[in-house]
Amino acid sequence: MNRPKTWLILFVLLVWAASRFQDAINPYYFDILITIGINIILGVSLNLVNGYTGQFSLGHAGFMAVGAYLSAAITVFLTPRLDGGAMGATGLFVVALVAGGLGAALTGLAVGVPSLRLKGDYLAIVTLGFGEIIRVVFQNTEALGGSRGLSIPTRETGLFGTYLVAALTIYVVVLLVHSTYGRGFLTVRDDEIAAESMGINTTKYKVIAFVVAAFFAGIAGGLYAHFKQFIHPEGFGFLRSVDIVVIVILGGMGNTPGVILAAILLTILPEGLRTLGNWEALPTSLRALVQNRMILYSLLLIVLMLTRPQGLFSGGGRFTKWLKGRGA
Amino acid sequence: MKALLEIQDCTVQFGGLKAVAELNLAIRERELVGLIGPNGAGKTTVFNLITGVYQPTAGDIWFDGKSVVGRRPYQITARGIARTFQNIRLFASLSVFDNVRAACNLHLRNGVSHALWRGESFHREEQEVEAMAEELLAIFHLDHLRDAECTSLPYGDQRRLEIVRALATKPKLLLLDEPAAGMNPTEKQELMRLIRFTQEKFELAVLLVEHDMRVVMGICERIAVLDYGVKIAEGTPEEIRNNRRVIEAYLGE
Repeated sequence: MNRPKTWLILFVLLVWAASRFQDAINPYYFDILITIGINIILGVSLNLVNGYTGQFSLGHAGFMAVGAYLSAAITVFLTPRLDGGAMGATGLFVVALVAGGLGAALTGLAVGVPSLRLKGDYLAIVTLGFGEIIRVVFQNTEALGGSRGLSIPTRETGLFGTYLVAALTIYVVVLLVHSTYGRGFLTVRDDEIAAESMGINTTKYKVIAFVVAAFFAGIAGGLYAHFKQFIHPEGFGFLRSVDIVVIVILGGMGNTPGVILAAILLTILPEGLRTLGNWEALPTSLRALVQNRMILYSLLLIVLMLTRPQGLFSGGGRFTKWLKGRGA
Repeated sequence: MKALLEIQDCTVQFGGLKAVAELNLAIRERELVGLIGPNGAGKTTVFNLITGVYQPTAGDIWFDGKSVVGRRPYQITARGIARTFQNIRLFASLSVFDNVRAACNLHLRNGVSHALWRGESFHREEQEVEAMAEELLAIFHLDHLRDAECTSLPYGDQRRLEIVRALATKPKLLLLDEPAAGMNPTEKQELMRLIRFTQEKFELAVLLVEHDMRVVMGICERIAVLDYGVKIAEGTPEEIRNNRRVIEAYLGE
């Protein structure tokens, strides 16, 4: 009867089973797997704002930073005080993650309400500015390590946690958009004046999109902090936001399956090029080219944008139709 | 019968330009009123005024017993005023069905939590909306295009879809902004029939802005004429046809 919920539960069980074997995974691949999961959360949540609602936000890393620092602070300050307490390390981790998400959502609300009056480039500039403010604030907060960064004592993030949140993000975004209520997000993107005239409170929709996206970005930040065990303000700068926007654009604005695939592809690609560059069988000249992998990576992005400006996985392709046929 | 919409001494000023000056206009329930005037007379401004896109510099607007001045457009639509646009503004990325469905949002009881939980009340309401949208599309003979992209529709069908979408908000007053623009004589005949049918079937008041005299004279019970933002005449089609000031405004002295 209730298909989306069944799928969610099935997927969570599958990930839980897989996570039983996570200690057997090579640490390098494990790192890539977690990064993919975090990038999926970031991409899919930003897609709600930039893709479905059509508001160009360039500050997603800022929300990530809020979540990362807030959750890290909770872990760092409470772990010694709760030592052996009733909650345990995992309980504290969950509390820290949720608090990080809520903190980011609140920040999203505070930033969104005034700035969502702006459109297009102007909104992009305001969100960009906001992201920089967050970064500078953390850089100058000595209690959180300031520009030296902050170390987190425990590594709590695992496969299960990451992919549970990723599944929840996809679930929330997809179900939100695929309902009569959710059509409102798309009308805001298509034509704000017509949407208002059809009785749609465009401001409310924009703020909801912004807050939901910020919430998940905050949780992604918490997962990141408790995985790398070290966070630094520079890690949440403008370039990080651009990385996430690239995932959304490459996947196709307002195309969740596409964004998931783009998140996977864009995480693997630089690593794959690294492996290729170290491959002995390759001629030396070719290896030298591949070893400059960031140049090749950027070139690939340019080529992709020139040939598929609507996104890698958007449009009437057979693959997209197949994905859409799956009820996504 | 008391007036459904009452515009009282409304003025809209853009800098030094008075787009609409001290306009008085009343529309009764289930009345079909035409608003005409030469290009730039302020007809569309009146529409934007009623729907809350512009705020009046002076004056007041009453709808269904309450003032709508200072309300946002979506709030005014919720009170029961729906509109179409001079240059068609459908939701381009949505299908025909979704265009209508989006407009059903207004009367939705469910919100974010229902959409996420997908409980029984969500499915029930979702079915209600689907049935209503499909019924509306069927009335206007668009049901066979249900899943088509709305931008792929012929011009006349897009105009009709805009009316269907407006009706999905369950209005008491429907504002039509130049629905006959760009239509050939046959399509115009069809449009006149459609407007009269809509007005009777849904028991609406209709305010029609139109350039085409044959359409306006053919279906309106009452016509108001604007020129340079000032109402220069109001009356039955017969009276307007023979009004000296109207003829001067259109043809010059």
